[in-house]
Amino acid sequence: MENKQTVLGHIGFSIFAWIVGLLIFFPIFWMVLTSFKTELEAVSMPPAFFDFDWTLENYAEVQARSDYFRFALNSVILSVGSTLVGLLFAVPCAWAMAFNPTKRTKDTLLWMLSTKMMPPVGVLVPIYLVFRDWGLLDTRFGLIMVLFLMNLPIMVWMLYTYFKEIPSDILEAARMDGATLLKEIIFVLLPMAVPGIASTMLLNIILAWNEAFWTLNLTTADAAPLTAFIASYSSPEGLFWAKLSAASTLAVAPILIIGWFSQKQLVRGLTFGAVK
Amino acid sequence: MSTRSSTLTGRIMSAPSIIGLFLWMIVPLGMTVYFSFLRYNLLEPGMEEWIGTLNYEFFLTDPAFFASLANTLLLVGSVLIITVIGGVLLGLMLDQPIFGRGILRLLVIAPFFIMPTVNALVWKNLLMHPVSGMFAWIANSLGFQSIDWFSAAPLTAIIIMVSWQWLPFAVLILLTALQSLDRDQKEAAQMDGAGPVSIFFYITLPHLSRAITVVVLIETIFLLTVFAEIFVTTGGGPGLATTNIAFLVYTQALLQYDVGGASAGGIVAVILANIVAIFLIRLIGKNLDS
Repeated sequence: MENKQTVLGHIGFSIFAWIVGLLIFFPIFWMVLTSFKTELEAVSMPPAFFDFDWTLENYAEVQARSDYFRFALNSVILSVGSTLVGLLFAVPCAWAMAFNPTKRTKDTLLWMLSTKMMPPVGVLVPIYLVFRDWGLLDTRFGLIMVLFLMNLPIMVWMLYTYFKEIPSDILEAARMDGATLLKEIIFVLLPMAVPGIASTMLLNIILAWNEAFWTLNLTTADAAPLTAFIASYSSPEGLFWAKLSAASTLAVAPILIIGWFSQKQLVRGLTFGAVK
Repeated sequence: MSTRSSTLTGRIMSAPSIIGLFLWMIVPLGMTVYFSFLRYNLLEPGMEEWIGTLNYEFFLTDPAFFASLANTLLLVGSVLIITVIGGVLLGLMLDQPIFGRGILRLLVIAPFFIMPTVNALVWKNLLMHPVSGMFAWIANSLGFQSIDWFSAAPLTAIIIMVSWQWLPFAVLILLTALQSLDRDQKEAAQMDGAGPVSIFFYITLPHLSRAITVVVLIETIFLLTVFAEIFVTTGGGPGLATTNIAFLVYTQALLQYDVGGASAGGIVAVILANIVAIFLIRLIGKNLDS
């Protein structure tokens, strides 16, 4: 008797939880659905849920009209580029902090963190002027530098917490066998830290892909990624919601998938190890 | 075990990152401080002169500053309350055995991965539009007048969008913290006759306090400088209704070309953020020792 009640309660609670979850997800679902409607159906009242003529023309039109793939390519180049440059800087730094700690290591780590807490508007003016004077405005190179430095503290921190879990005896053994520092890092440390490095890269790609302060302020056309492309839809003419939905769906899909895969590791990176 | 040579190697290996961050943050920050004491307008090149604290006096007595400070605090405060309470409730919900919990969790955390410009435009055009938005249809079907969100309650609209984006962050972290809760302790309390409410207030909530603190601090730092959502929906308006400090600094610098005034505003924003950052860094530093 009691068992039956528990099962019923379990089912009831599951239904309730799913309703809540679907409500939270609804804006994304609605965006994807709208992207398959015609512009007329997208604004029709009452809204059409499934009984409309499914079409792919919005996707074709977004590309034809606005050169969507150029923006997408910029997003890929900026996020992957800044992540790779970041690794080049962050791996040696995290190695030094994890395996050669000094008295000042902790302070350095916290100082790095503090640069991440700086609101970007605090440095917007000088960065903008330097970019203008050096011809870096609207260049991929300039933005890669900005995105890489912006996320560098998170990369160093995350790698540091992963490296800390690797016993230093193994690295020392390699050193005893005559491995140079470069070999020690590339052939001993990195293979052991692959999961940690992978999740660091994924988090960094997510953050760089969605970054919308610097990409909006420092680009106009040539280096503009998808954040800026979507922003250009804020004041268009005519009916555009289905096209906006199609462009948005394409813009968020890759990151949504990456994010879903790396959700467990995200907590460590986003809280700097304060919650595990 | 670190010898002198390994210390040196360590310094060489970490130097590029430290120098990079120094050039990226400390040098520009110094420049911002310097500019904030100048009369410096991009439209009047060569006219720069030292004017002491005049920029700060102008910025801090500007009615726009008070409006944007109030908006910033309202935005940060409301989003924090919504996401922390919502995050605890959703975290508790997802900690229960549910059919298809893994998939459900993916749906709940999805908004966090949506880029801010997409978030803003989807909410503005597909959901909150007064004529053909989803909310208007729901309101009309229930016999109510639909709300023109971005003219009647623009700041509320921004708060809703930003909360939706940050709720998953709170859920993700609080859920992680909940899963490290000792089951035995809870069971022992149950044996002693404690109800779910007292278990929540005497065991679960104290256990979560640290994670909640982390959520509050990290969110505050990011929420103080919400920009894209305002940029693509309201442009700070109507009037100053949705201008926060970050947006005010942006308009002064890149729309009015008033470098001196914008720099003073930027420094004010930095000081506000640092009040929070100090607590967060202390908390994380303590964690580093243990």
